[in-house]
Amino acid sequence: MQTHRFDVVIVGAGGAGMRAALESTKRARTAVLTKLYPTRSHTGAAQGGMCAALANVEEDNWEWHTFDTVKGGDYLVDQDAAEIMCKEAIDAVIDLEKMGLPFNRTPEGRIDQRRFGGHTRNHGEAAVRRSCYAADRTGHMILQTLYQNCVKEGVEFYNEFYVLDLILVERDGRKETAGVVAYELATGAIHVFHAKAVIFATGGYGKVWKTTSNAHTLTGDGMAIAYRRGLPLEDMEFYQFHPTGLAGLGVLLTEGARGEGGILRNASGERFMERVAPTIKDLAPRDMVARAMVAEVREGRGAGPDKDYVYLDLTHLPKEQIEAKLPDITEFARTYLGVDPVTELVPVFPTAHYAMGGIPTNVETEVLSDNDTVVPGLYAAGEVACVSVHGANRLGTNSLLDINVFGRRAGIAAADFANSHDFAPLPEDPAAYTISLVEGLRSGAGGERVAAIRRDLQQTMDLNAQVYRTEATLKEAFTDIQELRRRYRHIAVQDKGARYNTDLLEAIELGFLLDLAEVTVVGALERKESRGGHAREDYPGRDDVNYMRHTMAYRIPGAGDESGVRIDYKPVTITRYQPMERKY
Amino acid sequence: MTATLEPTEAPARIEPRDVTFKIRRFIPETDDDPHWEEYVVSAYPTDRVLDALMKIKGEQDGTLTFRRSCGHGICGSDAMRINGRNRLACKTLIKDLGTGEITVEAIKGLPLEKDLVVDMEPFFAAYRAVKPFLITDGHEPTKERLQSAEERAVFDDTTKCILCAACTTSCPVFWTDEQYFGPAAIVAAHRFIFDSRDAGAEARLEILNEKEGVWRCRTTFNCTDACPRGIEVTKAIQQVKRALIFRRV
Ligand SMILES: Cc1cc2nc3c(=O)[nH]c(=O)nc-3n(C[C@H](O)[C@H](O)[C@H](O)COP(=O)(O)OP(=O)(O)OC[C@H]3O[C@@H](n4cnc5c(N)ncnc54)[C@H](O)[C@@H]3O)c2cc1C
Ligand code: SF4
Ligand code: FES
Repeated sequence: MQTHRFDVVIVGAGGAGMRAALESTKRARTAVLTKLYPTRSHTGAAQGGMCAALANVEEDNWEWHTFDTVKGGDYLVDQDAAEIMCKEAIDAVIDLEKMGLPFNRTPEGRIDQRRFGGHTRNHGEAAVRRSCYAADRTGHMILQTLYQNCVKEGVEFYNEFYVLDLILVERDGRKETAGVVAYELATGAIHVFHAKAVIFATGGYGKVWKTTSNAHTLTGDGMAIAYRRGLPLEDMEFYQFHPTGLAGLGVLLTEGARGEGGILRNASGERFMERVAPTIKDLAPRDMVARAMVAEVREGRGAGPDKDYVYLDLTHLPKEQIEAKLPDITEFARTYLGVDPVTELVPVFPTAHYAMGGIPTNVETEVLSDNDTVVPGLYAAGEVACVSVHGANRLGTNSLLDINVFGRRAGIAAADFANSHDFAPLPEDPAAYTISLVEGLRSGAGGERVAAIRRDLQQTMDLNAQVYRTEATLKEAFTDIQELRRRYRHIAVQDKGARYNTDLLEAIELGFLLDLAEVTVVGALERKESRGGHAREDYPGRDDVNYMRHTMAYRIPGAGDESGVRIDYKPVTITRYQPMERKY
Repeated sequence: MTATLEPTEAPARIEPRDVTFKIRRFIPETDDDPHWEEYVVSAYPTDRVLDALMKIKGEQDGTLTFRRSCGHGICGSDAMRINGRNRLACKTLIKDLGTGEITVEAIKGLPLEKDLVVDMEPFFAAYRAVKPFLITDGHEPTKERLQSAEERAVFDDTTKCILCAACTTSCPVFWTDEQYFGPAAIVAAHRFIFDSRDAGAEARLEILNEKEGVWRCRTTFNCTDACPRGIEVTKAIQQVKRALIFRRV
């Protein structure tokens, strides 16, 4: 076992982690631990853009952006946080441009902007051009640009280091941060990183579902680690299903396709969004569009041999526009479905996409251990965190924004903390839990296979805890998860080696997925209303009297499948906007 | 203008078939040398090679080791030699590989670590060596730097690189001369040398003019053929060579 000491340790090298690293490295001795090479992070998959009220192409301001964010989130957004994000958005985009990001340009040479779902002028009047973009690879450009600047600033990376535990120590009855424990993929060695401050930036957990736009590696590690250490998870029942995944595959086609003029049609060619959102139609927020699509299919108006998808129609757009503005998604449709969007309709269906919930933080990105107690030295930013700027439903482009604004804030806050505090002492045997986790799995002799349990988990989640939910389906999912937890105890890892043991790590990641699936389902069962991304058929209305509050889920300690979930609630911060009915 | 709405016939249902994979295995703890192993797996023609590898790992042999993340060709994790050609396993469909057996091995020219995993450090070191970041001079503007659409178009192609190493590890010069930067690093340099906002061209050209630099390239076009992002790698290298000769970008 090796021990390292750093002022700040950042876990994750996606957009949030690297944006934090750029700030922190300048101010304090910083290490970035990442299970993937930084440029493999899933921020690189983001396509459509990053919103900021630059007003480069038409009138706009950050207050309109804030309103849209709050309304889009079905009023579960903490409005102070949304206001900060939308104000700081403008500098966040300009900073990226100065770092070298090649944005698409207007004829005047300014950063170009395009329409995106739920972003409107003057509180809902009409769609506004707010999304700054680089073709349909904005996330790729952000990830590359941040990595390039990390190279420039000499950021210290530990690549292919899997963080498996967070070290919290009790002092004066309070939890404090002392570091993390990591597993090195290349050697199998366990490393303890003693740190004054830790930032979690580990991204989402889309792999809980089968049909997803998320990478195989998005297994919610940071969330699950925090949860296992007794920290709460906030609003986990709010998970976004993006309307346009390639049917059957889940590979994403950006909402930018509809921003450029694309239209959703059912089997008979009807533009069904006209019925659902008469003002902004296909550019309604994602939760509404996804529900409308599922409704079309359920009511028999789906397309294809099994009538189980709808179409995205781009055929009326000029070929040049498609190829210039949407080159990557055009290629995805050609490669994976053999369909050419220039001349053919593309089969699409909702795909598990984004976690609105996560590790609760305040606007300084400090992690909370209950409704208002800060864990000194612990920070979280990006998809792993819940500030909460996305509430019950995230607007497109607001995550690339979130990772830049709150990633930056986390880097500054963690470095400042480290510069004004001492190391918390390491506990006696800081790696004990990790060693027993790893050894337990490696020596397990049962007959259960990781891939089989993962497949069954994803199947039940797709079937029972997707776009529409009911008490009955959620209970079914819950029962299945309990059974899968029991099976998980009898898992056999076939690779017993030390070097590049991905078999072992997949088993550990599956354990994280099971925890998070359970929290998601229990939160969904307890929230007896429909709001944003959480749609209960048995409670179709939003219930502000009982549920205008965040869910806080805590782990009830117990061994393995004996553990349970305790649900508590936290008030929503409302500043300017009183909840209204959400119509578009 | 209006689209045809029942565009394609409802596609006939496709059946999976048994596909034979020959995979070059190497377990560092137990093997002295790599060897080939055969697996038969049931796969749909539209499955990705990555899907089949994951199926083999999940159902037959958990020790089979490879990198993967995004699953759709944007993270650059899974470049490998498939039927003798460098490609991304997640962007190669079974049906595009004919009906015979499919061979899979690690990319060449980087130290083999285990099965399909190579040590990527030398590759990233070459990338870092060409100063892959915007270098500017003069005062920072308060707003964004201006750049016309035409200026941006000049280097658009090379911004697409996902650092998968398919090009570099298909280059015969790189195989024999590990000092050579390799195509991917030159692509990264190109992306900045031809960016109208950048002022670091001189420094980068100096680096690429060294003996490990662009002059090693023998224009075999392997890199361009291998690039899963469709980047015209050889063309980019030629443009860098020309910039060196004329010292003008
Ligand atoms: C296909 C797709 C398209 C999208 N398009 C858009 C868009 O157009 N606009 C928008 O705003 N948002 C978009 N999003 C959402 C947005 O891209 C993500 O929410 C955001 O990029 C997440 O960034 P992150 O830094 O939090 O996490 P990631 O980029 O996912 O990074 C996670 C990092 O954590 C590391 N990590 C994870 N676990 C561990 C561990 N145990 N130990 C060590 N390291 C670990 C990984 O190595 C990785 O570096 C899209 C998402 C997808 C999937
Ligand atoms: S140029 Fe193409 S082949 Fe080479 S590293 Fe970049 S994406 Fe891969
Ligand atoms: S898994 Fe990301 S490129 Fe293949």
